[in-house]
Amino acid sequence: MSIDTADLWFVIIALGLGSFGLRFVFTGLVGNRPLPPWLLRHLRYTAVAVLPGLVAPLVVWPAATGGSLDAPRMAAALVTLAAGYFLRNVIVAIVLGGLTLYGGLALFG
Amino acid sequence: MPTQTTKSIYWQGVRDGAPFILVIVPFSLLFGVVATEAGLNVLETMSFSVLVIAGAAQFTALQLLGDGAPTLIALVSALAVNLRMAMYSASLTPWIGEATLGQRAIAAYFTVDQSYACAIVAFEQNPGWSIRQRLAYFFGVVTPICPLWYLFTLIGALVGTSIPQGLALDFALPITFLAMIGPMLRTPAHVLAALISVVTALVFAFLPYNLGLLVAGVAGMMTGAQAELWIEQRKAARQ
Repeated sequence: MSIDTADLWFVIIALGLGSFGLRFVFTGLVGNRPLPPWLLRHLRYTAVAVLPGLVAPLVVWPAATGGSLDAPRMAAALVTLAAGYFLRNVIVAIVLGGLTLYGGLALFG
Repeated sequence: MPTQTTKSIYWQGVRDGAPFILVIVPFSLLFGVVATEAGLNVLETMSFSVLVIAGAAQFTALQLLGDGAPTLIALVSALAVNLRMAMYSASLTPWIGEATLGQRAIAAYFTVDQSYACAIVAFEQNPGWSIRQRLAYFFGVVTPICPLWYLFTLIGALVGTSIPQGLALDFALPITFLAMIGPMLRTPAHVLAALISVVTALVFAFLPYNLGLLVAGVAGMMTGAQAELWIEQRKAARQ
């Protein structure tokens, strides 16, 4: 269905401003005022607390298969994570994950 | 490392950011294609990528608008997906808080998953870097990533629907993020935080507006912080 132009521009501009606000809220407004240790201890785990939660539903219920579990995608996810963990190399992990995905799709897809 | 200059640190950032070209290119291309399929013109599609510069949020907004969701719901959901940027911002503050307001504003605009993930690792490994060197590294990481984000959104918008389905580009995002997560799991506390994040995100996936991710983020951070405290206390008790 077609999207109303005014609605679309409202979302683009508001989302742009809002996203900048989220990115600026601490770096910009807190600046170099010291943060309490308990807060810093939580912030150390930001990335490992957010990214896995973002990815997990995409792996378990991929949109491309209508949300049903998919062997090639699951295998690619596990290979990528294991390669990243053991080899500590992002690019090698991406390549191995991609090869697993295409291999799996060629075999089962 | 006494030989490190600000310039060499910039180039180290460029090198660390470069692998993500493999991810940014298909992802931005995909956004351009999907936006064009949804009926957006080139200006609208490019405005999305330049103003928002966050793939997951852009896809969320587009998906919901295309499904006919109310405008405000589309906006709030996409902002919720981007709430992690506030967590990144907070996490970067101790490292780049001394920079000028203008520098911090520019760094804030360029705070994306990849620049944050590279920077936080490099800053923790090099606590001796000056604020100039940290910014040089940060903008080094951004250099190969963000211009290509704009360029390939444009190419995607121009080639439109001629990309074959078999490329399975939908999985570019999960693979990238998983590859980034692996090296981040440095301590048992990091592993526990990630595990709790996964379980919580799946359990709370039924919540509307991607609120499940926020619950998972908070649960994961609390788990990591608490695990770190336990591990330190056990170490102290043994001594």
